[in-house]
Amino acid sequence: MTAPADRHSWLVLALLLVLAALPLLAPGYYVQFATKILLMGIAAMALNLVVGFGGLVSLCHGAFFGLAGYVLALTAPRYDPAALWWSLPFAVAAVALVALVIGALSLRTRGLYFIMVTLAFGEMLFYLFQDAGFAGGSDGTFIHYKPELAVAGLTLVDLEAPAQFFWLVLALAAGVILLLRHLLAAPFGRALRAARDNERRARALGFPIYRLQLGAFVLSGALTALAGYFAAAQFGFVAPQMLGWHLSAILLVMVVLGGLRTVAGPLLGAAALMGLEEVLKLATEHWKLVEGLAIIGIVLVSPAGLRRLATAAFGASASGGEHLAAPPRSTAEDTTATDRSIRHA
Amino acid sequence: MPDIALRAENLERRFGGLRAVAGVSLDVRRGEIHAVIGPNGAGKSTLINLLSGDLAVTAGDILLDGRSLRRLGPDRRGRLGIGRAYQKTTIFGASSAFENARLAVQARAGRPLALWPRRRAEQATDGLAEAALAAAGLAARGGIRADRLSHGEQRQLEIAMVVAGGAHVLLLDEPLAGMGTEEARTITALIRSLKAGRAVLLVEHDMDAVFALADRLTVMADGRVIASGSPQEVRRDQHVRTAYLGHGDPG
Repeated sequence: MTAPADRHSWLVLALLLVLAALPLLAPGYYVQFATKILLMGIAAMALNLVVGFGGLVSLCHGAFFGLAGYVLALTAPRYDPAALWWSLPFAVAAVALVALVIGALSLRTRGLYFIMVTLAFGEMLFYLFQDAGFAGGSDGTFIHYKPELAVAGLTLVDLEAPAQFFWLVLALAAGVILLLRHLLAAPFGRALRAARDNERRARALGFPIYRLQLGAFVLSGALTALAGYFAAAQFGFVAPQMLGWHLSAILLVMVVLGGLRTVAGPLLGAAALMGLEEVLKLATEHWKLVEGLAIIGIVLVSPAGLRRLATAAFGASASGGEHLAAPPRSTAEDTTATDRSIRHA
Repeated sequence: MPDIALRAENLERRFGGLRAVAGVSLDVRRGEIHAVIGPNGAGKSTLINLLSGDLAVTAGDILLDGRSLRRLGPDRRGRLGIGRAYQKTTIFGASSAFENARLAVQARAGRPLALWPRRRAEQATDGLAEAALAAAGLAARGGIRADRLSHGEQRQLEIAMVVAGGAHVLLLDEPLAGMGTEEARTITALIRSLKAGRAVLLVEHDMDAVFALADRLTVMADGRVIASGSPQEVRRDQHVRTAYLGHGDPG
């Protein structure tokens, strides 16, 4: 069997291949901007594993994203770069562990309750870093040097060079697409979608639903951490806003824009949202307002994504609910300083 | 015949003050179709839900080949060999008939959640799924989306799925409900073919089908067993005549 998403993701992979020439053609600003898009795209694709393919709308993935950055900031030596070969696996493992705990508790609920419980856990992590002094509190903390990937003194990838950083992240994005494609076609992914489509039948057939969904949740959290680690490294700074619910909601908008049933769609959703933002910022002072209207427009024109999100959140009875346009609208229009800093992190 | 696959012992389920199932004991033997009949509200569906694990029992026990299932959830019971068809056909509508069958095989395979499956294991799963479709008379329909199959075919598919993973105890909840004559005949033949090597518990309102299929009959009323035995014995039973068959239309 091939998932309907498959043809689509080959197209995106080809696009990524073409994009690899970007550092040779475009000024550094655009290379860094493209890197940001790819990182947000990886996080959105990771989130979509549970939202689109698992039918579970999580609002704590922003916390996984930011937490990975904090792990990097806290484990990096002050006057030296962190060693990538251990600090990246460490950050991903730490976030996976947190996801395991949050998932183990949240997955006892469904639908709206699941959203609320994950939101609560995400906010707990936000306030932990906001109020506790150990990582700069609400001011955040700097990462002075980008992590170093070196073997025996020989630098393999120099992350201080934006082009090399970009290529590494590009390769990661391609790797995540291939990994997700594989997993979704494997028995694991088939069972995950089966549980989404008809949990009762899946359970009666003998699938251990709880273990299945917890596995997907942890995997999704770990991949989000991958993106968060590099985002923090690129920005050189972490602050509590990087793990607030706002980021979770932005990732969700990217997922809905890109399509819940596709592997690589959320990456395109990230590009669309961030590209739109970039263009609007040049054009008008009131870009947030225009962006919000644009997103509402896009979602209303192609409501399949939103309908599926509503199905996951409210159950099949709400699947006709195109009018439930609230989640993306409120995130897009809400104009706060924290929001701004996250998107440009 | 001592070959008891599934045994219910004094099963009880209360909903508040209502005893929906009040001390039901019955045996389902391998190679037999055991039909449970009774008027609406007799507790037949609750009984099936208790046996499948969709509902927790209040008291009593359920034994599968002598092993207590009382504390196991529906997924564990599924992997131990209990297969269930629901009153309202419960399949994966957006997937093809073949994918439905393959999920059923996969669920009871060695590694149902494998991340990196072996090619051989995948081929074996595909083969068993094809065989299950063929056995249910759906060999040519594998590529069709399940929700585009006819009502009867969907029911055939559900039964194929229940059998596909190697279930040896089948719980069928009104498999003939809503069927046309022709469809009902197909499903009846399919059910008869299932009992070889399996134990089948059948809840059904269609009395013609019940008397055509059942090797053993249990009659329930108000959550209790009022009669049990061969179809001939039950037909002659005076309690049954007054409590159930005498009341006219049972459906």
